[in-house]
Amino acid sequence: MYPENLRYTKEHEWVRVEGDVGVVGITAHAQDQLGDIVYVDLPKLGARLEQGKALGSVESVKAVSDIYAPISGEVVEVNDTLSTAPEKLNQDPHGAAWLVKIKLSAPDETKALLSADEYQSYVGAEEAGH
Amino acid sequence: MTQPVAVLKTTPLHSAHRKLGAKMVDFGGWDMPVQYSGILDEHQAVRQRVGLFDVSHMGEIEIRGHEAGAFTDSITTNAVAKLKIGQAHYSGLLYEHGGFVDDILVHKVADDHYFLCVNASNQEKDFEHIAAGNQSGATVEFASGRYAQLAIQGPRALATLGKLTTTDLAAIVYYHFVDGVVSGVPARIARTGYTGEDGFEIYIAPDQAERIWNEILGAGAEFGIKPCGLGARNTLRLEAKMALYGHEIHASITPWEADLAWIVKMDKGEFIGRAALLKQKAQGVTRKLIGFEMTGRGIGRDGYEVLLDGVPAGWVTSGGPSPTLNKNIGLCYLPCDRAKPGQRIQVLIRSQPVEAVTVATPFYKRAK
Repeated sequence: MYPENLRYTKEHEWVRVEGDVGVVGITAHAQDQLGDIVYVDLPKLGARLEQGKALGSVESVKAVSDIYAPISGEVVEVNDTLSTAPEKLNQDPHGAAWLVKIKLSAPDETKALLSADEYQSYVGAEEAGH
Repeated sequence: MTQPVAVLKTTPLHSAHRKLGAKMVDFGGWDMPVQYSGILDEHQAVRQRVGLFDVSHMGEIEIRGHEAGAFTDSITTNAVAKLKIGQAHYSGLLYEHGGFVDDILVHKVADDHYFLCVNASNQEKDFEHIAAGNQSGATVEFASGRYAQLAIQGPRALATLGKLTTTDLAAIVYYHFVDGVVSGVPARIARTGYTGEDGFEIYIAPDQAERIWNEILGAGAEFGIKPCGLGARNTLRLEAKMALYGHEIHASITPWEADLAWIVKMDKGEFIGRAALLKQKAQGVTRKLIGFEMTGRGIGRDGYEVLLDGVPAGWVTSGGPSPTLNKNIGLCYLPCDRAKPGQRIQVLIRSQPVEAVTVATPFYKRAK
């Protein structure tokens, strides 16, 4: 379920490294927990993000949830389609519904993130705890 | 890592919800379904077709005896003496200081028998409040254990429930009820609801709940019935501007403030809270509930601050997207003189003031 080429956070974001750019999104588990997503608040182009700090927020019918930057760097592209079609996050969270692209300022940071297997078992444990 | 886990209360339909794949949440100490297919999908099902809700967590209190009517009148805001047998009304249960203990439905079963439907998380408190004030000959019974409650709501609710009963549902007027039979067992069938649609709320024996739940889903299949959770219940009631205890109303809010003067009958005689309401009216009410629509990008959520001319002036009690209107709507408290439609306000969303405007409510009203 969780693609091998992504790295994951315990806050349910993912990053896919392409050269010196990281594509960032939220996981299938995150969108499933949120339910119908109706609003996405993303940073502006050029914003400087710091790993673990708030990147933006995503809102479902029921609740609002923070998104944290999985890696540090400068925002070089924002997925504007999400402002008019936030429901895409429910449909393709690991693909077309990426959030931002970040020019990595500290590429080594990805090493501390979870692999697909590690994230899968983390989520499994979290679900079992409910 | 082990954490102490609070034991959540469950309804007789708990395993049925699990089987349907519902997402469960802790709702005031109850393990309840928040959604099955999705809040938007369930919301549209109720507005366009029919939805089925398990509301068995709601509490029931029964008041009986010769003095039951007079006693019920003395503890609630609406005029119990005006109820006819088979009629129900929305009412308030107040503290002496005029704030809400709860908002409730009062059903007149007989001259000497009144049936109260109360909020799940308030039921023990309500019972103690009512019993403590009882110096009459009436008996007050905490009856929640004897009832499961299902809500069948939407334009096809009558056609759905009609397949399972010989009771003439069309003859039940809005906010009236009959004691009839559903799926072969006794049921109190009330034409009431919390969605802004036509529909019924039925009170049945808990051991019949799962069978009847399944039979209603079967009966409504041809209309596209959906099991609906608390998520859709909330978006539906917000569009219809129905109050939710703990949000629009609570112990520090009076009916005048909550725009619920219509459930207060000051001329009916003494009742708990009346003196405080009289005093507040004489001194002047300072804040009032009003609806708003977001005009800027963002959703004003429960508890967010509301600004007037850049200055904190009130707070959001409920807010979220309206699936029917495709707008972000909400309710908030504002100073009385500004709590009128057309007032520009700002909602403080995560430290950012976002533009909104007050509007007339309800946000949604069904075509009759």
